[in-house]
Amino acid sequence: MSGNSAVGEAAVLAGCTAYFGYPITPQNELTEHMAKRIVEVPGGVFIQSESEIAAINMVLGASAAGARAMTSSSGPGISLKQEGISYLAADELPAVIVNMMRGGPGMGNISPAQSDYLQATRGGGHGDYRTIVLAPASVQEAADLVYVAFDLADTYRNPVVILGDGMLGQMMEPVTFTTAAPRKEYPKEYVLSGASGRPSRMIRSLLFDTKEEEEHNWKLFRKYQLMEHNEVRYETFLLDDADMAVLAYGIAARIAKGAIKRLRQEGLKVGLIRPITLWPFPMKIIQETAKQLGDFFVFEMSTGQMIEDVKLALEGKGHIHFYGRPGGVIPTPVELSRIIARHCYQSQRSKKR
Amino acid sequence: MKTVYCRPKCMKEAHFHYCPGCGHGVITRLIAEVVDEMELRDKTICVAPAGCGMLLYNYFDIDTIESAHGRGAAVATGIKRVRPENLVFSYQGDGDLAAIGTAEGFHAANRGELISVIFVNNGVYGMTGGQMAPTTMLEQVTTTSPAGRDSVLQGHPVKICEVYATLDGTSYLERVAVNKPAAIIKTKKAIAKAFRHQQQKTGFSLVEILSPCPTNWKMSPLDSCRWVDDVMTKVFPLGLIKETKKC
Repeated sequence: MSGNSAVGEAAVLAGCTAYFGYPITPQNELTEHMAKRIVEVPGGVFIQSESEIAAINMVLGASAAGARAMTSSSGPGISLKQEGISYLAADELPAVIVNMMRGGPGMGNISPAQSDYLQATRGGGHGDYRTIVLAPASVQEAADLVYVAFDLADTYRNPVVILGDGMLGQMMEPVTFTTAAPRKEYPKEYVLSGASGRPSRMIRSLLFDTKEEEEHNWKLFRKYQLMEHNEVRYETFLLDDADMAVLAYGIAARIAKGAIKRLRQEGLKVGLIRPITLWPFPMKIIQETAKQLGDFFVFEMSTGQMIEDVKLALEGKGHIHFYGRPGGVIPTPVELSRIIARHCYQSQRSKKR
Repeated sequence: MKTVYCRPKCMKEAHFHYCPGCGHGVITRLIAEVVDEMELRDKTICVAPAGCGMLLYNYFDIDTIESAHGRGAAVATGIKRVRPENLVFSYQGDGDLAAIGTAEGFHAANRGELISVIFVNNGVYGMTGGQMAPTTMLEQVTTTSPAGRDSVLQGHPVKICEVYATLDGTSYLERVAVNKPAAIIKTKKAIAKAFRHQQQKTGFSLVEILSPCPTNWKMSPLDSCRWVDDVMTKVFPLGLIKETKKC
C-alpha cells in the first residue's frame, strides 16, 4: 500500500469521519482513498474543497461539531492552510493535518523534500502557537502515527501535523493496521451541537481585552510546555558505542540508516538519532549524547532547517557536520555514507593533531 | 396584561456595540426573533464573521463559532455536514462574502450546502473604518476611494444574489432591507423562509440585507435610511431573486 493510502486508511480506522482536501501532488492518493473509504463509515464526510483555505476551514467547522477531522496537502497547499491552523490552535480545536513535503519554495517541484521543517515546527501561521509534528520514516510508521496524531490532537485539543514527504507518500510497503484498543473517550464539552438542555457555547479567538489575550497566550504556552514534557518521541540506532551521531528524520533517516550500516562494515562507529516528534524536539537525548561523543552529523533533504534545533540543543557543545540535498534530490545511502565517512576521517585526523 | 414586545429568548442581556443607526442591531434581533418563533434555539449553530458582526456570540444565546474573514460558508459547511440535523447559518458582511470569501461562498452555494447565509450589505468595510467594499456604489466616497469609486480602476458593485442565482445549488435568494418598518417585516419573513428552505433540504439559501452604515457613510441615521432607498436599491433591486420551491 502507498504511504498516502495507508495514512488515509489508518485515519478512518482511528475514527476520522470528516476529511476535506484539495488535489496537489504528491499526496493525491490520500484524498482519493478518502473519497472512496470515508463515505463507507456512518456519518462519514468527504468534500473536495474549492481551495486549501476552504478545506482547513471545513476541518475547523467539523472539529467544532465534534468530528475527528483531517486534511492533507503538500508545501504550497500547506502554506494556504496556515490561516486555519492558527485559528484551530487559538480555538483549541483538535485536527490532523498531513503534509507530504515536496521541493520548494514557490511552486518548486513534486519530488520528495524536507523543506517545510521550520514552517511546521514553528507554528507556521500567525500568532504565538505550536503544533505537535510527527515525522514517520516508513509506511507502517506513518499508519501507526495517524492513531497517535488523532489521540494527541484530542488530548491537547490542538492541531497535530504529520510531516511526511513525496517519497513516503508514494512508495508502496506492506502495512498492518492495528485497530487495537478501543478509542479513549475524550471530553467534548466544547462541541457545538445546538444548546439543547445546556447553556449556549461559543468558540472564538477574538479577545479584545489585552489582559485576556495575554492570559490565553500563557494558557496555550502551558499546554505546549506539557507537550514538551510528555510527548517527545525519537528512535536511536547503534548509538551506544558511536563516535559520531547522525541526526535525520523521516525518509532522510531511512537513507541514513542504510549509510550507517555500510559505515559500520568499514569499521566506522556511527549511530543515529531519529527525531519522531520534530516538535517537541528531542533535546535531551542530544544533550546526553553530547556527553558521550563530540561529532554530530545532521542530514536533511533541505539546505538545513532541523540543524537550528540541533544547535539549540547542543548549546555550543560538540561539532556539527551537515549534509543537505534540497530541491527534491534523493541521495542514495552509498552517497551519504561516503560523505559521512569523509567527515569521520577528517574529524579523526584533527583529533590526532 | 399582554406582552407585546420583549427581548427574544435566544438573546443574552447585553448591549449592542453597534453605532447609532446601524442595521446590524436590527438584523441580529430579527434572527433571534425567527429562531424563537420557529423554536430552533436548541438546534441552531451560528457562524459569526470577522467584521462588525463578529461579536454576535455576545448577543445570541445559541451555539456560536467565530470564523476567519471570508471563511464562514466553509466553516458552516464543515459543521452542517457533520451535524445535518442542526440548523446552521453564517452571518457575513459584504467584504467577507463578496471579496475575501468569494470562493468559499460561491462553492458552498454551488454544492447546494444546506446552510443559510445572512448577507449584510452596507457597501463598506465597517469595522476597519469605512474602506471601499466590492459592493460600494459607483462614485461613492470611502476612505480608500477618496475620489469616489471609479469603475475603470475599481470595478463595479458585485451583485451576489444575481451571481448565485446562476448556480443550480441555490434554492432561495432574496434581497431585502432594514431601513424602514415595512422593509424590516419583509426581512424577518425572508430570514424565516431561508431557514425553512434549509429545514426542507431544498438547497443553499441566502438573504441579502441592505443595511445602513451612518458612521462610515458619514450621514445621519435618517439620511442613511433614505440613501438605501434612493441609491442602493437602484443598483441592488429588492425582491425575490430565486426560489426553486415554495417553502
